[in-house]
Amino acid sequence: MTEPVLSVENLSVRIAGLHILQGVSFDVAPTGVTVLLGRNGVGKTTTLRAIVGLTPRNGEVRGTVRMGAQSLLARPTHRLVRGGLGYVPEDRCVFAGLTVTENLRLAERRGTSPAYDKVYALFPELDRRGRQRAGSLSGGQQQMLAIGRVLLNDNRLLLVDEPTKGLAPKVVTEVAEVLERVAESVPVLLVEQNLAVVRRLARDAVVLSAGRVAWTGNAQDLLLETALTKSLLGVGSGEVHA
Amino acid sequence: MTEVKSPEVPAPPAAVPDELTPGHSRWHGLRPYAPLVALVVAAILPYSTVNLPGVFEGPLNSPGTLQLLAICLVFGGLAAGYDLLFGRTGMLSFGHALYFAAGVYGTDVLVTRAGLPLWQAALLTITGGTILAALLGAVALRTVGIAFAMVTLAFAQVGAILVARDFGGLTGGEEGLPLDVSGLPAALVGVTNTVNLYWLALAYLAVVVLVVHRVSGSPTGRVLAGLRDDERRIGVLGLDPYRFKLVAFTLAGGLATAGGTVYCLIVGGASPHVTSSELTLSLLVMVVLGGPGTRWGPVLGGVLYMYLDHRLTAFGTSDAVNSLPAFLSHPLSQPLFVLGTVFILAVYFFPGGLASLRTRLTPLTTALRRR
Amino acid sequence: MSTVILLTLTGLGLAALYFLVASGLSLVFGLADVLNFAHGLFLGVGAYATWWAAGNLPGAGSDGLGFLVAVAFGVLAGSAVAVLVELVLIRPLYSRTIEQVLVTVGLSLAGVALLQATWGADARPFPRPEWTRDVTSVLGAQVPNAGLLLIVAAAVVLGALLAFLRFTRYGLIIRAGVENREMVTALGIDVRKAFTLVFAIGGAAAALAGALGSVYFGTVSPGQGGSLLIFAFIVVVIGGMGSVVGSAYAAVAVGLLQQFVNYYGTSGLGDLCVVGLLAVVLLLRPQGLAGKVAHA
Repeated sequence: MTEPVLSVENLSVRIAGLHILQGVSFDVAPTGVTVLLGRNGVGKTTTLRAIVGLTPRNGEVRGTVRMGAQSLLARPTHRLVRGGLGYVPEDRCVFAGLTVTENLRLAERRGTSPAYDKVYALFPELDRRGRQRAGSLSGGQQQMLAIGRVLLNDNRLLLVDEPTKGLAPKVVTEVAEVLERVAESVPVLLVEQNLAVVRRLARDAVVLSAGRVAWTGNAQDLLLETALTKSLLGVGSGEVHA
Repeated sequence: MTEVKSPEVPAPPAAVPDELTPGHSRWHGLRPYAPLVALVVAAILPYSTVNLPGVFEGPLNSPGTLQLLAICLVFGGLAAGYDLLFGRTGMLSFGHALYFAAGVYGTDVLVTRAGLPLWQAALLTITGGTILAALLGAVALRTVGIAFAMVTLAFAQVGAILVARDFGGLTGGEEGLPLDVSGLPAALVGVTNTVNLYWLALAYLAVVVLVVHRVSGSPTGRVLAGLRDDERRIGVLGLDPYRFKLVAFTLAGGLATAGGTVYCLIVGGASPHVTSSELTLSLLVMVVLGGPGTRWGPVLGGVLYMYLDHRLTAFGTSDAVNSLPAFLSHPLSQPLFVLGTVFILAVYFFPGGLASLRTRLTPLTTALRRR
Repeated sequence: MSTVILLTLTGLGLAALYFLVASGLSLVFGLADVLNFAHGLFLGVGAYATWWAAGNLPGAGSDGLGFLVAVAFGVLAGSAVAVLVELVLIRPLYSRTIEQVLVTVGLSLAGVALLQATWGADARPFPRPEWTRDVTSVLGAQVPNAGLLLIVAAAVVLGALLAFLRFTRYGLIIRAGVENREMVTALGIDVRKAFTLVFAIGGAAAALAGALGSVYFGTVSPGQGGSLLIFAFIVVVIGGMGSVVGSAYAAVAVGLLQQFVNYYGTSGLGDLCVVGLLAVVLLLRPQGLAGKVAHA
C-alpha cells in the first residue's frame, strides 16, 4: 500500500450558513489521475478550493487536509502553491488583458528556472501566440494556457477543475491527451463531468453526493455499473461516448 | 386584535450605563417593559431639575440641556433609519445626508421663503424627500457594493453643491438660512418652549424605532436580511432584490427627511454642514459604534455620538486637557479625532458595537457572581 | 479664442489634480477592493509636509532646488503614511471589504482632525517659487504657471505609471491582480506585497497632488483633500476602477466639463454636470470607460 500524496479527512465547509461539504474524507493516489465526480452543486469545486485555501471569506472550513506530513488548511494559498500544489481553476481564469507570454511570466518564481521547454513542447500553440492577448484565445487555447502556466514549476500534485467544460468535442480529446501525458509525471486530482474523459484518464474515483462521499473505488469499475452511475451522476455509462 | 407594542425608546445618555449592565434574573420578567419605562423616563425627564455637573452644563430642564438632548434623540432616530440600509440590508450608502438635508432645507425654505404654514411645509417636504429617495435609489441601485457607495456619495454631493452655490437665492449659501419663526405655532417658538421640541424629537425617535422594528419583523424584513447575508440566494428564490432594496432605500430616505424637519425646528434653521458627506460618514460611525442590525445599538450609537461630539468640545477646552502637553492636548481638543480613533478601535475590537457588549460581558459577570 | 485656450488649460490643470488623486485610488481599489476614504489624508500630509519642509528642513526652501527638495520630502511623507496605513490598519482586515472602508472612514475623520489640531483649521499661505505666481502666454491666453506645472507633473506621473505597469514584474502582478486577485495567489504570488506597493504609489501621487495643488491655490488647509476626493471618486468610477488610462481620460473629461460649464453657465453648474455625466456613464456602462466590472 503506497502512501497517498494527499489525504482529506472529515472536511466540512459551510458558506454563508449553508453546509456545502459535510465530513468528506478521501485519499489521492501518488500516481495517476484520481477523479472527483458528482452531479452539479454537490461540492466538487468547493472541495478543490478548500484544499488550495480559496474558500470565500464568509465560509468556514473544518477537518484536515495533509500533503505528506504537512497540514494544508489555514496556510495561505500562495505558500501552498509554492509548496508544490498546482491549481487549474474552473473556467480557466487566464488573465484576459495580459498577453500569453505575460500570463506565463507571472508564474515564474525567483530561484527556480521555469520549464518553458516542457510547456512549449506540450503546447506549441502558446509559443506561436506569445504576443496575443489571452482574452482573444479560443476556449481550448485558454485551457492550454491555464495548464501550461501551472506546469512551468515543479508540482507534487495538480488540482484540475473541469478542464473540458464548454469545449468542442475535438478540443476535449486534445485536452484529455495532454492531461494523460501530464499525469505520467505528476499525480492529478481531477474534477470532470465528461465520462468519456473519465474513462480515458481516471484510475481512482471519488463520488460526492449532497456534500458527502457516496462512493470510492476504481473508476473503471464505477463506469461499468450503469445503475450506480445513473443514481450518482445522473447518466448511465451507456451514454458514455469515447 | 394584535398586541399593541409600546414605542420603544432608550433612555437618554445619562442612563446609558444602566442599559448596558446585564440585569439580574429578577429583571428578566420586566425586560419587555424596559423600552416603555425608558420612554416614560425620557418623557418626564424635562420636569427634573437635577444638576449633573460634568455631564450637562445646566440642570436637566434648562433649555441648553434640552436642546442638546433633542439633537441627540433626532440623531438616534437618524442612525436607526440609516441602519435599515446598512445593518439590516447590507447597503453601504454614502449619501444619506442628502435626504436629511432635504428635510432641513425643504422645511426651512418652504416656511421662510414661501411662507407656508408649518404642517403644509412638513408634509410637502417629507413627501418630496421620499419621492427623491425613490427616484435616486432607482438609479443608484443599478450598481451594487462599493460602486453603489460611490454613486450615492456623488448624488449627495449634488445636494451639497446646490445648497452651497445658492441657486435662486433660496438656501442662503454658506451663511445658511435661519428659520422664520413668525408663522410657526407658538408652542414651538422661544427658549421657554424648548421642552416641546424635546418631546417632538422623542416622538420622532419613537416613530423611527417602531417603523424599523415593524419592517424588520415583517416578511419584507426577512428578505432584506437575506439580501444582506447572500443576495444570490434571494434571487434564486425568485424574488427581485432590486425592488426590496428600493423599498428599504425609499423608506430610510423618507425617515431621514422627517428627521431633517424636526432638526430644522430644534436648531431654528439650516446650515450647509447638514449636506456634507461627513454627516453621512458620522451616521455610519454611529451605527457601527452602536451595533449594526441590532434594535437598540444604532439608537444608542447616534445619541452617544452626538452627545460626545458636543461635549468633547467642552472637554477639549477644559483645564484637565489644557494642562496636558501640547502633543496630547491639541488632538484631544478635536472631537472628530477622538471619535474617529474610537471608531477605528471599535471596528477592530468590537465588531458588534455597543450592543454586543452585553453578551461580551455576560461571561465576566457570571464568573464574578459565582465567586 | 484666448478664453477657450485659457479654459482648456486651466481645465487640464484641474484634470491633472484629479488624475493624481484618482490614479492611486483607482489602483488601490482595482487591486485590493479598498475604497480608500483616507486618500484625502495622504494629500493633506503631502501638502503639510512640503509646507513644513520648506520652512524647517535644511536644504529645502520655497524656491529653486530647495523647493524640489521640499516637494520630494512631502511626497515621501505621503507615501510613508500610506504604507503605514496599509500595513497597520488595512492588512489585518484582508478581504473584509466593508470593515476596510469603515477603517479608512475613521482614519479620514481622525486624520484631518489631527492636521487641524496641529496646524489650525484656517488656510495658511503656501511657500511657492516666484515663477509659479506668474503667467505664461500660450496662443494669446495668459495661463498661470502653477496650472502648467500641474499638467506637466501629471503627464510625467502618467508616463511613469504606465511604464511601471508595462515593464516591471510588480507592474505585471498589479495588472493581473486587478483582473483576478485570487488567481494571482493561486500562481504562488503573495499579492499582499503588491497591495503595499500600490498604497505607496497612490500615497505618493496624492501627496504630489497636495503639494502642487497648494502651489496652485496658494494656500494649504486641513480640509483640502476632502472636496477633491469626491471628484476623484467620480473620476475613478467614470474611468473604470483599476484602470490608470481610464482615470486619465475621465479626469480630462471631468476637468474640462467642469471648467467650461462653470464659466459659460452659472458657477456650480459644471459640478452638477459632472455628477450627471457619472449617472449617464453608470447607466450605459456600469463598469466605467475602461475597467473591470465594478463589484462589491
